[in-house]
Amino acid sequence: MPAPSLPPTPSQTVGPFFAHALPYAEGPFAVPEDHPDAIELHGRVLDGAGEPVPDALLEICQPGLFGRCPTEADGSYRFRTARPDTYIPLLVFARGLLKPVWTRVYLTGDAPFLAGLDPVRRGTLVASPSGERSYRFDVRLQGDRETVFLHHVPPRG
Amino acid sequence: MTDDPHPHHLTPSYRSTVLRAPTRPPVRPALDPEAAELLDPVYGHQPVGPLDHDLTRQHEGEPIGERIIVTGRVLDSRGRAVPDTLVEIWQANATGRYAHPVDRHPAPLDPNFTGSGRCLTDADGRYRFVTIKPGAYPWRNHPNAWRPAHIHFSVFGTAFTQRLITQMYFPGDPLFAHDPILQSVPRPQDRERLVCAFDLDTTEPEWALGYQWDVVLGATPFEED
Repeated sequence: MPAPSLPPTPSQTVGPFFAHALPYAEGPFAVPEDHPDAIELHGRVLDGAGEPVPDALLEICQPGLFGRCPTEADGSYRFRTARPDTYIPLLVFARGLLKPVWTRVYLTGDAPFLAGLDPVRRGTLVASPSGERSYRFDVRLQGDRETVFLHHVPPRG
Repeated sequence: MTDDPHPHHLTPSYRSTVLRAPTRPPVRPALDPEAAELLDPVYGHQPVGPLDHDLTRQHEGEPIGERIIVTGRVLDSRGRAVPDTLVEIWQANATGRYAHPVDRHPAPLDPNFTGSGRCLTDADGRYRFVTIKPGAYPWRNHPNAWRPAHIHFSVFGTAFTQRLITQMYFPGDPLFAHDPILQSVPRPQDRERLVCAFDLDTTEPEWALGYQWDVVLGATPFEED
């Protein structure tokens, strides 16, 4: 691939004051309630001390679907989306994150990408069943159980 | 990577990074062209309204402050226009106060200013907002900490991996040197790219000052030549 000619605009934190601009009522609901493959994906965003991150913004993207959900005071979020073929890409912005973090939500541990990860850490990408069609996925930004985060920018030549 | 224009996660001068910055190196997955991360994000819930780009016309009266036009192009890493992509902005009012319950800055709210807007880029990748110049405001990061005036930008692009949230600053602000968020960008030439340019041609006589600011999105692994 030839070297890109323009360097990207640097990232800056989403800050604490996005609530009047980015969240919208339908944002967490990527599919309607009666969608045949609807699942609930919920969890919490936690910092390095295990404290909730109440000012994060999460986004998911699947074929034909997009979801956006801010965290509540207890760090919790809740999406309704479609059961993925493999995984759900998850992007997390927050005050204190100067650039977002990327991760993936797998509903089972049976995936080639997971097999290539450190066995101690791969479980951070696997959601736990928490009821009928419901899965729990916590994001730990830091600490012993830090979520595996991904880097998608190709090397610049 | 020495030419990475983005801030490091851990920037202790910005205190909130200390417990939120990931400490493990990120994993680089091999993305095939069908990878979910490369999808064009569908943000179809909310159609963009004809006045969503004009933050001075969202209420009964006009907001107080210096009326400005902020426009520019959204480009990919080869300098090509990114048309029809969503750009969202939000900002403080002219006094430096956000219309947000968490903002405790004792400066007046403006009943005629919410401070959020959005638009789609045109065929040339151009966005255009009409707003008022935001004020600087204090924060509690360190003693006598003030943020330089800025407008938050959220941009989509054509692949989810290009998703960008950043802040645009105004030229010549004396607070730049004292702001750990702007200074978190390691190289001065990259910090300069977060500062818009005053432009007399964009300025509309007897009405509003004009500023130009382009946004360049990151490369994607399968960009066509």
